[in-house]
Amino acid sequence: MNVKRDIIVDTTSKKMMPIILAFGLYTMIGSKGAGGGFQGGCIIAAAFILHSLIFGFIEGRKKIPESWNTFFKSFGLHLYCGCGLLSIIASNFVAEFLNYSAFWPIANLVGTHEARAMQVELIIEVGIGITVFAAFVSMFYDLAWKDDDELEDEVIK
Amino acid sequence: MIEAIFEKFFQHYNFWAAVVIIFIGIYATIAKNNLFKKLLGLNIFQTGIFLFFISLGDIGSLETLGIGDATPPIIWKPAEERGYLYVNPLPHVLILTGIVVAAATTCVALALLIRIHKEYGTLEEDEIIELEAIRGD
Amino acid sequence: MINTVVEQFPALIVTTGVFSAFTILILGLLSRKICYYIVLIVTAFHFILSIFTLQHVLTKGRIHYWFGGWRPPWGIEYVVDELNAYSLIVILFLGLLGIIFAKRSVEKEIEERKLPTFYTVMQLLISGCCGVVVTGDVFNLFVLAEVASLSTYALIAIAGGKALRASYNYLILGSIAICFYLLGIGFLYAVTGTLNMIDMRIILQNLYENKMVHVGFVLVLVGLGIKAAVFPLHTWQPDAYTYAPSAVTLIMSTVVAKTFVYALIRLIFSVFTVNFLELYINAWNLVPWLMGVAIIVASILAYRQNNIKRMLAYSSIVNVAYIVLGISFFNSQWSLSGALVNILNHAVAKGCAFAAVGAIVYKTGIKDVGALAGLANKMPYTSGALLISMLTLIGIPPSAGFVTKFYLAIGCLEMQNYLMLAIILLGTLLTLAYFLRVIEQLYFREGNSTQKEEVPFSMLAPTMFLAILCLAIGIFWLTGIPLEFLKKSITSMGVIFR
Repeated sequence: MNVKRDIIVDTTSKKMMPIILAFGLYTMIGSKGAGGGFQGGCIIAAAFILHSLIFGFIEGRKKIPESWNTFFKSFGLHLYCGCGLLSIIASNFVAEFLNYSAFWPIANLVGTHEARAMQVELIIEVGIGITVFAAFVSMFYDLAWKDDDELEDEVIK
Repeated sequence: MIEAIFEKFFQHYNFWAAVVIIFIGIYATIAKNNLFKKLLGLNIFQTGIFLFFISLGDIGSLETLGIGDATPPIIWKPAEERGYLYVNPLPHVLILTGIVVAAATTCVALALLIRIHKEYGTLEEDEIIELEAIRGD
Repeated sequence: MINTVVEQFPALIVTTGVFSAFTILILGLLSRKICYYIVLIVTAFHFILSIFTLQHVLTKGRIHYWFGGWRPPWGIEYVVDELNAYSLIVILFLGLLGIIFAKRSVEKEIEERKLPTFYTVMQLLISGCCGVVVTGDVFNLFVLAEVASLSTYALIAIAGGKALRASYNYLILGSIAICFYLLGIGFLYAVTGTLNMIDMRIILQNLYENKMVHVGFVLVLVGLGIKAAVFPLHTWQPDAYTYAPSAVTLIMSTVVAKTFVYALIRLIFSVFTVNFLELYINAWNLVPWLMGVAIIVASILAYRQNNIKRMLAYSSIVNVAYIVLGISFFNSQWSLSGALVNILNHAVAKGCAFAAVGAIVYKTGIKDVGALAGLANKMPYTSGALLISMLTLIGIPPSAGFVTKFYLAIGCLEMQNYLMLAIILLGTLLTLAYFLRVIEQLYFREGNSTQKEEVPFSMLAPTMFLAILCLAIGIFWLTGIPLEFLKKSITSMGVIFR
């Protein structure tokens, strides 16, 4: 753990982090219409993985602990599934799952087509993105993590 | 004669490539002794299938019809006016799902491999079977 | 738009299942005890919903559910007819009993910190299986089958030790299987341009002589055959069943196996139809003979096993062979009925057997047949349940297994295939032979302890309930009341008798 880090790598990754995050966010919700959630989530995950690679796993783990990761994984799916289930409940069991235009509270306000677009961009894509981001980060840690006892040794050092 | 065969072969070269990749993948999955190489073979196999699917969406070079290449599936006025055809986007979407599934499979397999390596200290299948036989139930 | 609330139920079962799976993951951070109860309540709720679905299908006709309101060839459609609703009930019922059984068994076999993940994956597995059963879209079937399969790999591996290699083998073979299926869909998509089952069936009608369709059919058949452990594609199955935790074996042998058998039946009959099979009847006629070989070979292999779980695993292969034998005689209504009946019969009987074995492992740690001596005195109820389930698997009247073999025998007579009838009888005798070893050890050997030691009630109750059902279902089929329903299911598969 006491390896001296290279200043170039250090600074570059620090400066790159926000840019990667912004790009991920743009991919996720910047475009008009469906798509991009998975890719955006991947890019955001890449930013965190880069951080862990440069500053070490323990430092990275401090940024997002595993419990937060679990929470994000579930939260993204709940956004997606909840949006689908809300369209059933809000329409009094008349509309199908994920029938966006039946999401009356928004649809009455801005019209059915706009409601559809808003839900796809703001709820569905963000939900997918959050889940993918959390899943990839935890995949990375699970696969890169050493034995638990080895970890403890590292922490003590 | 040879030219005709040649042309027929290379008209659908991406399908031939998919076939070759699929067989390399299956061969690696079946024949390799190392469990990790089996996983690599599986990934190659999946890639071959993805290539096959994406090739289905492409309508190819339509020079015989005098139209030119197909465009991406984006609504674009000039392309429509000139009567360009667009590639079928559906297989691409299917393969996006397929890639996600493949990534999930790979991740589960890697996690299993890590645990197998912790348990036995090796990834060679015959060595693992020997170790299992020594340990008994 | 939806007319009645019941039409929402198939989709609700799948979506709320996934929703609750991830709720468990979050709540597992707060309390580990609550996870089990969420799975239990949600699955019980789903089971009730599935009963309403069947009732709706029987009274008002099949359900077409368009996801997101998109019309079928473009959107994903869920179709529920008699066969779906029947399989859905079987899966959710056995899943529910499996979960009730799982609590104590899992607490003993799995570390406590893994429990929330275990129940999350379990819920995902059941939702994935339900999804495979209700979907009407071949690609959606692929995705949900992968959800179910990935959960299964994880659940097997959770036991550690030898289960790891068993799980890895299953993962490689299962992934190859699902890739074959995907490739088959690719071929079919190339000629039809659709992924919806009903649409594909209509378009395929004029394309039966197309070589792409032949390749697609074979690939789909092989892919789903590996998943359903049809002989000779079963090689992953004995290891996976043997080394998985007891509760997982119970769920795999009932829920997962039946799901893929259902998918096989659905793809063969509802997408390719009987007309396609009749066009290539000479090639198709190999299937019953292959299954005949399967019944004999798998029975002999089962006889050679010492591990009781492995013996039951080979018995599962025999029973899947019975189902495929039933559907291979598609001209006989009795034979097809035998196949459909065996989906429930085998699920109940094998569920009971694996539950009883799981209970024995829980209490005594015995895994070998030779060590079972005198267990009937020690665990009378569990041994009784094991005895009944084995008698059912042998096919003693009036048990459920008898009905399967009875229907299949009538089917063979109808098809005038007397050699196959002889094979079924031989298979029954072989089954008797290998289960007699177990029964002998249980009841006719002296054990070293006579002290009564039963398993906890939450494990005993599902075992006994399944044992009672083994007999009750047999009698229910024999009364002849469900014959009308079976006929309807067969018609809903798309088979029309002349």
